[in-house]
Order: sequence, then structure tokens, then C-alpha cells
Amino acid sequence: MRRRQFLILSAASIGGVLVYSLDRKASRVFAQEKSAQTLKIPLRFFTKDEAMIVAAAAARIFPSDDSGPGAKEAGVVIFIDRQLAGPWGRDRYRYAEGPFDENGAREFGYQGKATPRETYREGLKGLKDFDSLTSEQQDKKLQQIENTHLFALLRQNTIEGMFSDPVHGGNADMVGWQLVGFPGPRMSNYDEVDKHFGEAFRPKPVTLEQVLHRKVRPSEDEDTASA
Amino acid sequence: MKTLPSTDVVIIGGGWTGLLMAKELSARSAVSIVVLERGRSRIPEYSSGMDELDYFVRMHMMQDPSREAVTLRHHDKENSLPIRQYGAFLPGSGVGGTGEHWGAVYPRLMPDCFELQSKTVERYGAAKLPEDHTMQDWPVTYDEIEPFYARSEREVGVCGKAGNLNGKKIEGGNIFEGWRSSEYPMPPTITPYFSELFRGGAKSLGYHPYNNATAVTSEEYTNPDGVSRPACAFCGFCERTPCMINAKAQPTNVLLPVVRQRKSVTLRTNATVKRIVHDSAARTGKARGVTYIDESGEEIFQPADLVVLASYTLGNTHMLLLSGIGTPYNPATGKGALGKNLTHQVSFGVQAFLPKPLNKFMGAGGTGVRISDFDADVFDHTHLPFIRGGMIGAMSVGTQPLSTFGTTPSSMKLPRWGSAWKKASIEYFDRTGVIAFSGEQIPHKGNYFDLDPRYKNPMGDPLLRMTMNWQDNERKMAEFMNAKMVEIGHAMGAKEVNPFPGYGDYDVVRYQSTHIQGGTMMAKSPDLGVVNSYQQHWEIPNLFVIGASTFPNSGSSNPTPTILALTYRTADAILDRYLKKPAPLA
Repeated sequence: MRRRQFLILSAASIGGVLVYSLDRKASRVFAQEKSAQTLKIPLRFFTKDEAMIVAAAAARIFPSDDSGPGAKEAGVVIFIDRQLAGPWGRDRYRYAEGPFDENGAREFGYQGKATPRETYREGLKGLKDFDSLTSEQQDKKLQQIENTHLFALLRQNTIEGMFSDPVHGGNADMVGWQLVGFPGPRMSNYDEVDKHFGEAFRPKPVTLEQVLHRKVRPSEDEDTASA
Repeated sequence: MKTLPSTDVVIIGGGWTGLLMAKELSARSAVSIVVLERGRSRIPEYSSGMDELDYFVRMHMMQDPSREAVTLRHHDKENSLPIRQYGAFLPGSGVGGTGEHWGAVYPRLMPDCFELQSKTVERYGAAKLPEDHTMQDWPVTYDEIEPFYARSEREVGVCGKAGNLNGKKIEGGNIFEGWRSSEYPMPPTITPYFSELFRGGAKSLGYHPYNNATAVTSEEYTNPDGVSRPACAFCGFCERTPCMINAKAQPTNVLLPVVRQRKSVTLRTNATVKRIVHDSAARTGKARGVTYIDESGEEIFQPADLVVLASYTLGNTHMLLLSGIGTPYNPATGKGALGKNLTHQVSFGVQAFLPKPLNKFMGAGGTGVRISDFDADVFDHTHLPFIRGGMIGAMSVGTQPLSTFGTTPSSMKLPRWGSAWKKASIEYFDRTGVIAFSGEQIPHKGNYFDLDPRYKNPMGDPLLRMTMNWQDNERKMAEFMNAKMVEIGHAMGAKEVNPFPGYGDYDVVRYQSTHIQGGTMMAKSPDLGVVNSYQQHWEIPNLFVIGASTFPNSGSSNPTPTILALTYRTADAILDRYLKKPAPLA
């Protein structure tokens, strides 16, 4: 088993609230504490170098810019790391028997043998030092791999990390939901659904744990066999 | 193998049909009933279902493809490949089956769907029938099952407004629908903004919009069994999730509370049926019971006097093929009916980019407005290159960001990532609505099920194989409807409407609907189908096969209302006739 690695981030860079210690206990980082600190985030699957590459790529797919915060503030890389460590990352629920036809037509969906973990691990080898390139160089590099399965996963997982419930490690401080005006899991819209025609109705977002007043165990924690 | 004490009835599957059959048989007879459900018991976890990632994207409610998958090829000359992750259709697993995560849309079939072949010939002549079609009339008519439709609507609690009460047309309802003996049990759900815009657009073009019938509650509702459910709260987490407050009808909140009280019914979960054990003989064969694998992995034989196969369409056909019951369909000779007439409701949408925010996170399953002006044979096809049609509508079922973020007007010609895409995606996130079409697929000679020669499940059994592609009729129908839908989008005030790109080959990635039909179709004689109109197997009278697998063709409507109506009819026939004299009912 390899030694656990950590992702070191400046606390100010991430809107983040969820930081996981080795025993998976979450600790909350409050805004006033964040100023000059760094966060040491235990990684479940990625090496530190891999995490830096994925964080940089996600930040080009969903940049932080004039239209608002992006993958960096949402903590997308933490989300992806946890997904890959969980059952989805190792294809626990995919039909994974051969023979495999890697060239199967698009209509059959992904037919490759590689699990998401393997696709990331192998694919990231081709993006060595990606995080130290300029934004322009990074975009060029991503355009080159735009038709690969790795890129399809990166794009899909980045959107997921932006907008999933924060219990999954991304969408920190619900920045993704605030960006698009999605209120999260509201138990009732009964009094509002026939009102606000033609105008934006944007209730303050809430997380699933806030709504249920209890801890929720996300699927990636169901089984986190060692990477 | 362990052999258990015999039971009067064994039911394979604990979803809508299996639990309804258990409820009906236990209400009016003393037979002992064992229900075998492959999946797990599922209710306590529902409060955490408002999580788009685990439920909508990672598909927490669905069948696990690593345990049970199907394969696909488009035609006989192609190699099949496994559907490694479900996408185009989403079968469920666990108590309640697909009925837990369904969308609750509840329209009846149009009356002429039951007489597809003869009504088409009557109006247009035989030359109008599509090439290589395998249409044949059902052995039951709309008029015969109307009372069972009405019963199912009261049981599950359906909202809507009648458009045809005993032949009298009523404005505001669907005036093209088949006659109804009674009004819906509840008035329609509230109409959210996007669906209201559709009503306005459709009206301005002279169409006849109506509120869609749905099995979510518009007010507190108590059904004839005394089961009460609260009014829907429009939380918007509905399709692909179970309901957190039991406003959406599900087998676990409509049927299970009743079945649980019945001492004659035993429900076993984590029980994967392997085979129906039987003796063969034309018309006098006999099912002896079923073998299944229990939670510990042990193989069990459950003897039974009556076997009811009540899984999803795919499972029903698969079980008969694996058990060697009936003659598999051969497309080259046309002989055999097992696996024949596989259809999948035609489903696609156009994206309307609207000027004002839609607040689309508020919604409820099956809620919305539709038109049936282009459904079935409502409109004249004399000068059109296709037959039949479907419903066009604007549903407001609740929209979450993972499933919808990133849609932008095609005229902007944006890449699919980066700053410009992000900016436009944010701008259009709550201004994009999908106008959707649900239509009929005509059964075709080349679309069928059989066993896959290469791919197996973990028990070592061959997977079910679908040979399936869209045919000329669907492609031309889609082209015609696409134009109508774009026109309605503009009439709703859309700045731009992205049309449906048209049908390529059958695609397992894009979600269409979980409305796959056929494989064990009913017919008026044993040479034409697998079961009779009571869904009783033609060769084995103590075997009943219930569900959409018995449909000879797809309607434009979602199949569940018809599935439940036919289940009621079968239950009545078993109770009133079969239990008194176990013999062929037709």
C-alpha cells in the first residue's frame, strides 16, 4: 500500500468547508480562519502530483472568471478524488465482463476495459507538469485530448463536482448552486410553484444534511477499498 | 439444493404487478403466496434520496449491470455488445421495482392501439402498412379493459381532467382520449410556468392542450384500500428517485402497506430466480415451481401450484428463454413468438431557449401540459410517409443541475468547456425547456429478443440480447413531429429552438424512457403469441406472465396504466375462474 498523500491548498483559494482527516472525520473551516492558512487535505486515490494536474484541468474546463467562481473554489479535485476511491471509480456497478470492443460504435456507450481509476491514472501520465503550464498552453493541451475518454470523464466529473450536494466533497459552500440559482433539496415548493411566473425565484440554497438534520452517507463512502 | 414446502402461488418480482397480484389474490382467496424479489427491501433509506449524484447519475435505484445486463445489436449481421451501464432505459431493482423511481405519468392507451393492424388497414388499406412490420391486434379491446383502467386509477390515485366522459367531449381535458366511465380521482396538479407557456403556445396554433394525467397527488388522497397519501409538495426530486413524502404512487406506499397485513403472503428479498421448473407438453404443460438463489448464495427449490412471472419486460422474456418455455422467435422463418415484437416507445425532445427564468427546480412527476392532436390516428396520414403518432408536451418534473447544465443555443457555436461555454450555460440554465415527444414504435420483423451467445451474467447464464433499431416509420414520424415541436417552441416565445438531430442507430446512452414492451406478447391463438388475453401461458396453463412484455405493440402512452389494468383483469380471471377449475382460460 502506498503512503497516503496530501493536497496542500491555500485556505483562501477554496470556498471549502469540508476537510477530511485520515479517519474520515470532517472538519469545518470557517471563513475567518481561512485568511493565511494552508489546508492539508488527505487524498484517497490521487497522488499529490496527479491531484495538482486534475485541479488545473478542472479549472480550465470550469474556470474562475468574470461569470463567477469555478472548479477551484468548489473543490472539484476533492470531489473527483473521492469518487475514484469509491465504488464508481472501480466500476463496482458496471458490467465489466469481456470480450471488450474498444472500437464499439458510440451508440453502445463506453465499451473499454479500463475503470475510471485506470483511465485517470494512465491518462494523467500524458499530462505531466500540466499544472505548471500557462492557461493558454493548458487549453491547447486539453484541446488535443478533447476526444479521449479521459477528457470525457474529466468534463463530466468537473460538472458533477461543481453541482453535487456538498456531502460529496465538491460544490463547497454551495458555490455551484449559487452560480445557477439552484436551491438544493427543498422539501416543499407548494406555496411557490404557481407564483413567480416570468421572474427568478431564488431561495437560499440548503444542503441535504441541513434539510435532514443528520449525517448522510454518500455512496463513495460505501466501499473505499485501497487504491 | 434445498426444497421448501410447497406454496399455492409463487410470484416472481415484487414490483407493481407482483405486489398488485399478491394483494388481489390475498384479498379474495385463502391461497398461500410467496413473492420472490431479486433486490433488497428499500423504504428506510428514502429520506436521503434528494441527492442528484447518487440517485440521478449513479442510479442508486436501478438494476446493477454487474449482476444483470442485456446486450444489443442493431441487426442480425452485427456483433452484439453488452449495455455496460444503463442509459436509454432504467430498470429498477428492489421491492417496488421500477415503480419506485418511475415518473408517474399515467395516460391510458388510445383505443385503436389495441387494434393497430385492422384499424390501419380499414382506414388506409394494406398498402399503407410499413414494410416488414409485425403488427397484430391484441386479443383484448379498450372497451373490455376500461373498467380495469378506472380501478387502477382509483387504487394508485391519479390526477387529471377527463376529456371524454362516456363519449361526451369535455374542453380542457384530452378530447382525443378513449371514453372514460368516470372522472379522475383527483383534479390535475398545479401547472408550473414552463408548462403554462406551452399551453399558450399550443392554443395559439389551434391545438388542444390538456393537463397530463399523473399518479402524484394534487390533494390528500385515500384509496379504496384505505391507504392515505399527502398532497405533492413539488420538491422536484421525482423521476429516478423515490418520493420522500409518499405523494408519488409507488408499490411500497400503495400496495405494500396492504400486502404486509396479509398473513397468507410471504415476501422474500434478495431471492434471484434462476428457472421456472416445468414439464413440457403442448397446452397441458405444467410448472412445478421455481429455483432461486438466496442471500447466502444457496440454490433453493420453491414448489408451487401456480407461477406468476411478474418482473420487468426484460426479465420476463429472459426467464422464459432460460427456462426453455415456448418457441423462440426466428426472424428468418417468422416462426415462434417468444422474443418477438420488441418495441421501445419513441422519445425525443427539442430545446427551447426562452426569454425569462422558468424556476424549473419546482415540479412534480408527470406534471405538465400536452397535446394529442398528433397522437395515434387522430390526424389524417393519407399524404404522410408514416403511420401513427404520439403526444407532444412540456413537462415540469423538477430539474437538477448535473443533468441539465451545459445546454446552450446551437447558433452560439460554443465549445463544450471553458469560459464562454460556462458563461452561456449559466445564462441559459434556467431558461431552457424541453418540449418532448412520446410516440409509438411499430413492431418490426427484425426487432426481437433472444439469448446472447457470448456474454454471461455472474450465475453463468447467457444475457438477454436485444436486436433493435429504429425503422423508416419512426424516422419519418420523428422528422414530422420535430417540425411541429419547433413551431410550438417559437409560439411559446423561444428565442431559439434546437431541433432533435434525428434518429441514427438505436442508442443506449441517451435516456429515452423505461418503456420497453413485447417479448411474451398476448395473442388470440397459440401460434401468434406467448400468452392469451389473460396473460396465461398458452402451453403451461398454471403459468401467468404479467407486465408490458405481453404488449403486442408500443403505444405512445407510458405502459404502467395498461400494465396495471391487465393485471387486475388477470387477477379477476384467476380468482373467478382459474382457482375453481385450473385450466386454459382461452
